[in-house]
Amino acid sequence: MKKKMIFSEFFKNNGVVMGSLLMGLVGFWLVFLIVLPQLSMLDYSFRFNLPPAEQGGPKDVYTLSNYQQLIYGSDTTRQTYNTVDLMVFVRTIIAAMAVTIFNIFLCYPLAYFLGQSKGSGFVRLLVVLLIIPYWINEILRAFALRIIFGDSGLLNEALMLLHLTREPIDFIRQDIALYAGLGYAYILLMLFPMYNVIESLDRNQIEAARDMGASWLRIHRRIVIPHAKPGIASGATMVFMLSAGALAAPQILGGPSSLWFTQLVYQWFNDSLNWQQGAAYAIVLLASTIIIVLTVMKAFKVNMGDIGK
Amino acid sequence: MSSGVAIDLENVWIKFGDFVAVREANVNINGGDFFSFLGPSGCGKTTILRAISGFLEPSDGRILIGGADMAGIGPNKRPTALIFQNLALFPLMKVWENIAFSMEVAGASAAERRKRADELLDMIALDGQGDKLPSELSGGQKQRVAIARALCANPDVLLLDEPLSALDLKLRQHMRTELREIRRRVGITFIYITHDQGEALTMSDTVAVMKSGVIDQIDTGHNIYDHPSTPFVASFVGENNLFRGKIKQISGNEAVISTRRSGDLLAQITPSQVGKLSVGNEAMLFIRPEALELSDSKATGKTSISANVVNQEFEGNSFSVFLEGDGGKQIKMSVPNLGQDNIAAAGENLSLRYDAANAVVMPVGELASE
Repeated sequence: MKKKMIFSEFFKNNGVVMGSLLMGLVGFWLVFLIVLPQLSMLDYSFRFNLPPAEQGGPKDVYTLSNYQQLIYGSDTTRQTYNTVDLMVFVRTIIAAMAVTIFNIFLCYPLAYFLGQSKGSGFVRLLVVLLIIPYWINEILRAFALRIIFGDSGLLNEALMLLHLTREPIDFIRQDIALYAGLGYAYILLMLFPMYNVIESLDRNQIEAARDMGASWLRIHRRIVIPHAKPGIASGATMVFMLSAGALAAPQILGGPSSLWFTQLVYQWFNDSLNWQQGAAYAIVLLASTIIIVLTVMKAFKVNMGDIGK
Repeated sequence: MSSGVAIDLENVWIKFGDFVAVREANVNINGGDFFSFLGPSGCGKTTILRAISGFLEPSDGRILIGGADMAGIGPNKRPTALIFQNLALFPLMKVWENIAFSMEVAGASAAERRKRADELLDMIALDGQGDKLPSELSGGQKQRVAIARALCANPDVLLLDEPLSALDLKLRQHMRTELREIRRRVGITFIYITHDQGEALTMSDTVAVMKSGVIDQIDTGHNIYDHPSTPFVASFVGENNLFRGKIKQISGNEAVISTRRSGDLLAQITPSQVGKLSVGNEAMLFIRPEALELSDSKATGKTSISANVVNQEFEGNSFSVFLEGDGGKQIKMSVPNLGQDNIAAAGENLSLRYDAANAVVMPVGELASE
């Protein structure tokens, strides 16, 4: 009922021709770029990896074997688990969570500062300075970080110059470079939603709380953070999803021993040319991250609608 | 019940860079008074309020609350509570949590806070509404919640920054009565900021009229209306007919002004103007529209003006008659509605008269804009 009203209003405002065109584009985007690719991946994940000649033949039936591969590996007796891949999966999820939490703590003070000193030229300059590095390709940025974190990189040189360390620290092997790269890759997606909601907070509320004697901590706990919650949730969702699904940063900054789950997906698709297996891994990752996001949102009492704001 | 705490501003200056927001303010507010700062927007009245509440420090001078110098004491440590123009209720907290926020800060238990909030909700006639969110209340109810929240900490002084400006006319008039009633009950000092002269005059014991950082007059509402001390006050508070001219003669507490277009007019010299006027100087004479009345005779005395009716407007409780005197002088007269159909036809020549006691004369000065 309500949807119908929105549509008729939309056509009234834009005219039938323009309205249909816009609706058509939105429909195209939804169906061809979002729904169909995902459905085809889902379909792939339940099929055998067959040579072209056998595709569509009698052997081309639905199967759970691709999912079994993730859980049990190639062990057909189902006695032992595929610990290598499962560990990579768990580690990816935990690391993505850690990156998200780290970003929340890093961005909140900055977003608060930016949001509450709105209108000043300095703040606008600061925002531009934050955006400019993102004009550079993600892969180039990852390589830049690799250079900075390298054995004779800027960071190690600086640390040794300050006599904080005698030997260069192997940031790459310790995965410090990886986490820094992941954190940096999506930090703006955390910052801007937070900045937007904090900017919309009425300053008088902070002053009213101050007038009533509230401490700095209480003002944030009771007024700023509850107000910023939808922004934090929206930023956290994006950072978590994108970190868990990142490929460039783990590929370039990851240590030799550490695999990211997306790298496994990549290997199935690209190296093993087993799209069916890769699709199953990708679907597991997608479903898990969605479930985690929904659970965390429920725990923190955030509505899906608030995030869309 | 406290008897209220006095507030004194001693030679207070507030500057922002080169801009002087408040110039040499000297105000003594009696404990338990309802005191209003009245002035157009940008006159510095909110700045004074912020200085009293502690959100900014005066550049010079002292602010005393209950005799104690407030220099260096933050807003949370002062015995004042501020009600913001937009109320600044916390939208994500329930009404009772809003009201008891100051107690939460002080570390009171939830049960204590709830009890006190319910008492205050009772006082503002919103009992049983504590579990709602502020957004579920009407404008007037939010207003009352903001008052209750400010009163919760038992402040000695309540500071109100144009809190009624967002309400519609009927509610605003109702809230005026309610605010006075609340003040009578709690007995603390109220300091009220407004650009609405109606609010200032109806509610306040004392009104300070401000223009561009300067306090022009501090007096009762009645005296401010009847005996304005500057042309600004005369033209800002209520409506006034202004006649410019030269002082022709001064005798006792009356002066004759030789106006440019309306002949010689007689006016009273109010105590605040004594000694400021001398014969031959330019002066401004003010007569309220309601001080003018129709004269039976065509007398041409020093308290009568002849003018032609341009048009009239029906105001409900009165008629506003717009007239044009000699040389195109615009005059407005207000006649109470006592059931007349009509006051005068357009173009009709009328003879108006007034009591000299209702006309005030003062040296030339700045007027309120419009």
